[in-house]
Amino acid sequence: MRNITGKQLIVGGAVLAVLIILPLLIPPFGQHVVILTLIFAMCGVAWNIMGGYAGMFSFGQAAFFGIGAYTSSFLLMTFNVSPWIGLVAGGILSSLMAAAIGYPCSKLRGHYFAIASIAFAEIVRIFFNNWEMVGAAEGLTIPMRQESLANFTFNSSKLPYCYIILAFVLFALAVCRLVSTSKMGYYFRAIKESHEVAQVLGVNVVRYRLYAIMISAFLTSMAGTFYAQYILYIDPASVMVLAISVQIVLVAMLGGANTVLGPVVGAAILIPLSEYSRAWLGYKGTGFDMIIYGVLITAISMYRPNGVWGALAGVVRREK
Amino acid sequence: MQILAQQLVDGVLIGLVYSLLAIGLTLIWGVMNVLNFAHGEFLMIGMFLSYWLYTLAGVDPLFSIPLNAVALFLLGMFIYRFIISKVMTGPPLAQLVVTFGVSIFLANFAAFIWTPNYRFIGHTIFSGTWHLSGIILSVPKVISSVGSILTSGAVFWFLRHTRTGKAILAVEMDREAALIMGINTERINSLSFGIGSALVGVAGALLATHYYIYPFVGGTFGLICFCIVALGGFGSIEGAFIAGIIVGVVQTVGGYLFDPAYKVAIVFLMYLITVWIRPQGLRG
Repeated sequence: MRNITGKQLIVGGAVLAVLIILPLLIPPFGQHVVILTLIFAMCGVAWNIMGGYAGMFSFGQAAFFGIGAYTSSFLLMTFNVSPWIGLVAGGILSSLMAAAIGYPCSKLRGHYFAIASIAFAEIVRIFFNNWEMVGAAEGLTIPMRQESLANFTFNSSKLPYCYIILAFVLFALAVCRLVSTSKMGYYFRAIKESHEVAQVLGVNVVRYRLYAIMISAFLTSMAGTFYAQYILYIDPASVMVLAISVQIVLVAMLGGANTVLGPVVGAAILIPLSEYSRAWLGYKGTGFDMIIYGVLITAISMYRPNGVWGALAGVVRREK
Repeated sequence: MQILAQQLVDGVLIGLVYSLLAIGLTLIWGVMNVLNFAHGEFLMIGMFLSYWLYTLAGVDPLFSIPLNAVALFLLGMFIYRFIISKVMTGPPLAQLVVTFGVSIFLANFAAFIWTPNYRFIGHTIFSGTWHLSGIILSVPKVISSVGSILTSGAVFWFLRHTRTGKAILAVEMDREAALIMGINTERINSLSFGIGSALVGVAGALLATHYYIYPFVGGTFGLICFCIVALGGFGSIEGAFIAGIIVGVVQTVGGYLFDPAYKVAIVFLMYLITVWIRPQGLRG
């Protein structure tokens, strides 16, 4: 794997600087869009580890997002556990769930895996939708607490949320890069190309597929906990629906699956586009923004199926 | 016991409609290896077509079957020609996602022009119930399942006994070999997509006789159809037919035994357990 060059370091540093300074200059709605973008960027990076590298197209990431959101909120409301501990607890729970579902699905590929992931996420959603202990369909309203980093609560400004989720995304990127440059990353790619060949070469396909799913679930769950602490209200219809899973796949695909930074680029294009079109067109509740969203998905699949990252990276490399 | 038997009968009746829906989906899947996520939305369009023909022109849903079939056949061909065929050579992920876009577009477009309200066709030529040794049979449901069996049978016959049908099966078995034998695979693709969609159109008319009609009705039907097709085995028409009935029964009986709120979850759970044991599906 190629090392990070000086040029890439400069470009990366510049993008990071923009992301740090930008939230200071824009109005709250803009900051909200930045936060949502980074949430989905993180989920996209997580999806990429199992989808882009290991070739398992999951359409059920919303389950892990939701489990992350519910675990921290439930622990906070019932046992007064800090959301930071809830963050880790949710991640571990999601990883365990991922292993529990990933193991029986270890022989499934392609379309079959995609359908199984949808089935799994729908089971989780229906279960939460009827589970009285976690508020069933009414969901959970997370109580406001004293504003502090330790409480993961900020009432007066969205800025701290911007920087926390930015740090999360950087963490996810670091994990993704670590995975992609390690032996594990090569195993993932081998599995993606062919189960049989990977098996013959001595890769434990079942185990490495589980690793990919578990890492992905942990990161997605972290984003879910963040979402719960940021919005302070969760219900199955907002954190566990198929629409979220699809949006995560789209972010990864639009940016370019199989590249570390692709999903971040994808989120930076897709989320502002969908948020602003909702703000402008969706206010009447006619769903006109969703019509455009549908057209957008279709158009991306037809005209940019390999993502925009390839084109962008080509420009950066040529400048060298 | 009486109630259980009732649930069993209801399960078979809805299962037969699932079978028809799933045969349409499996035909597309088998021939093109494309998962059509807009399948449920095609059904929704079929149901609305029947609804408007009934409301505006007084046409009974059963008589709108041929028109539905033709309309959905054309819609399917259109979507294949101008959208699906464009991504067939692209990366697998794009092939999976593209029909999601179509499905979101169709459902929300329908909600936009017809409002998201629930609609219902009150009286059809076949309404009411039959009583059969304590079991209540809803006539529209019986008619729907009979219609499904007849249509499924027609598809079997078409695939086995006509030149075009055999060509479709040949492409499903081996695309390259079929191409070498002089079969126009591109034509077979769009034809299969059209036929698959036409079957959904028929199912839409049959369901419109007794089911609520609203823009987002396709969501759950679509997901259940995927389970049926995967359960039946890749591209297997017989498998889809059998799996459709199984899913219908599991859904109603399971919902009765546990809790109706979980009936769809039970179907998905059964699917996961089945593919764990038999990853290739029942007849794959």
